[in-house]
Amino acid sequence: MSEPMKIRATLQGDVADVRILMMHPMETGQRKNSKGELIPMHFIKNVVVSHNGKTVLDAEWTQAISRNPFLGLRVKGAKAGDKISVTWIDNKGDKRTDETAVAAGS
Amino acid sequence: MNKRRRTVLRLAGGAGAWSAAAACGLIAGGQAWAANRNEAAFQAKAVADALKNLGAGNLVESRDIVITAPDIAENGAVVPVAVTSKIANTESIAILAEKNPFPLAASFDITPGADAYVSTRIKMGQTSDVRAIVKAGGKYFTATKEVKVTVGGCG
Amino acid sequence: MPNLLGGIAASALLFLAVSVPAQAADPLAVGRQMLAEDNPGELWIEKGKTLFYEKRGPRGVSLEQCDFGMGPGKLEGASTRLPRYFPDTDKVQDLESRLVTCMVQLQGFKREDVIRRAISPGGSSGSDMEALALYITSRSNGMKMNVSLNHQKEREMYKAGEYLFFRRSGQTDFGCVQCHGDANKRIRLQDLIHMTSKQGVQEVVSTWPAYRGAHYVVRTMQWRLYDCFWQMRLPELAYASDVSIALTTYLHYQGNGAVTRVPGFKR
Repeated sequence: MSEPMKIRATLQGDVADVRILMMHPMETGQRKNSKGELIPMHFIKNVVVSHNGKTVLDAEWTQAISRNPFLGLRVKGAKAGDKISVTWIDNKGDKRTDETAVAAGS
Repeated sequence: MNKRRRTVLRLAGGAGAWSAAAACGLIAGGQAWAANRNEAAFQAKAVADALKNLGAGNLVESRDIVITAPDIAENGAVVPVAVTSKIANTESIAILAEKNPFPLAASFDITPGADAYVSTRIKMGQTSDVRAIVKAGGKYFTATKEVKVTVGGCG
Repeated sequence: MPNLLGGIAASALLFLAVSVPAQAADPLAVGRQMLAEDNPGELWIEKGKTLFYEKRGPRGVSLEQCDFGMGPGKLEGASTRLPRYFPDTDKVQDLESRLVTCMVQLQGFKREDVIRRAISPGGSSGSDMEALALYITSRSNGMKMNVSLNHQKEREMYKAGEYLFFRRSGQTDFGCVQCHGDANKRIRLQDLIHMTSKQGVQEVVSTWPAYRGAHYVVRTMQWRLYDCFWQMRLPELAYASDVSIALTTYLHYQGNGAVTRVPGFKR
């Protein structure tokens, strides 16, 4: 069971500043636990961000992305209330999708 | 999604570089799972091979690529890197840490629905140039920025 | 390994000599700012909220009846007034020891178990205590530290904490003041906050609990004090001990006026 992402999407003009925090070990498969056993590889390989159902960004990640990863992007032609959806898929085939609505800027 | 099996990789690297990078857990092992589009590039151990596998033939240095990253990273396991491309028709942005055992850290496909901008955090095994590769209008452009990583970066 | 260290140290010095003017004044600043703006610690606020409202423990109740000093379940501003005296335990307590009290008395957990699990291993998914402490403190975000010393025991705790802060102890002859009593001190790249200055102590009290980047989990003030004692090679600081509460009382009172903004981000 994965933990929910935290997605902030704030309007700046007609661009949504989107910031996504994810909880994931991004384990490289080379670290050892306290018993000296290798901790298996476990990392997000792919992140897709969509705006009102349409893909706007497709990211391929490796183990070199930091643990508890972050993704920041800017979505064009956005309006308050638009739906931003984020899906990640990891090397074990686990998936997670979270979404938020674009908030009006201050 | 294409399912291709990864080949088991033989690990390379001198002792000094190995220990810093290994502490970061940056050496990839072999395991089979559904592979990404740029799989061969991600598996490359040399920058030149990574670039070749990305299809980045003629690389043009560009001042229109801005890499925002610290001069010194307090923790090499969490180095924030943002890349902005002011080049028209940017299709993708790739981020490499040149001295990492596998230099290519991430690749982002950008549709017209997004600005040519990405921000993330990468693991760096040692002080190195961070390189951005931008594909725009079928051509490849690049810029670098050095990021210093402290000795205890991955601890 | 020594060659690698020498090489990095030398290249770091060379780098500083030729760095771009924009970052030269503080080459760490850009990284710190980027990390603080989008702090993975925030993911634990939601976890803490869930844990707070969930019916848990042998008695199957939530923490909603826990009194943090402003009445049962009243969270806004509660952390800004801690540590404080609690009549039901007849003790001065900080946030974490109060959570222990409630988890034991309300939810029926065993005290030893709660304390044993309070500090999570680095790289784990974090402890319940860390998430709860962060959630409750976050309910005071934007509010000023406002510790008062009205009760005799509060004054005694404050005095004890002040004494401990300045007292040199143990085989290293260290007190907190050795590292934190002057401006512009650091150990390698770790800045040592000047805690005998108003600005420094306010920075401290407003940014815990914090995401510790190198551990990938949220850490609390109890952990910070425990780790400082370890750094000073003093005997192990017991979780939720009077010594830890005394130091916290001293620091929080000194930091009064600081605006809470958690989670902080630490290296």
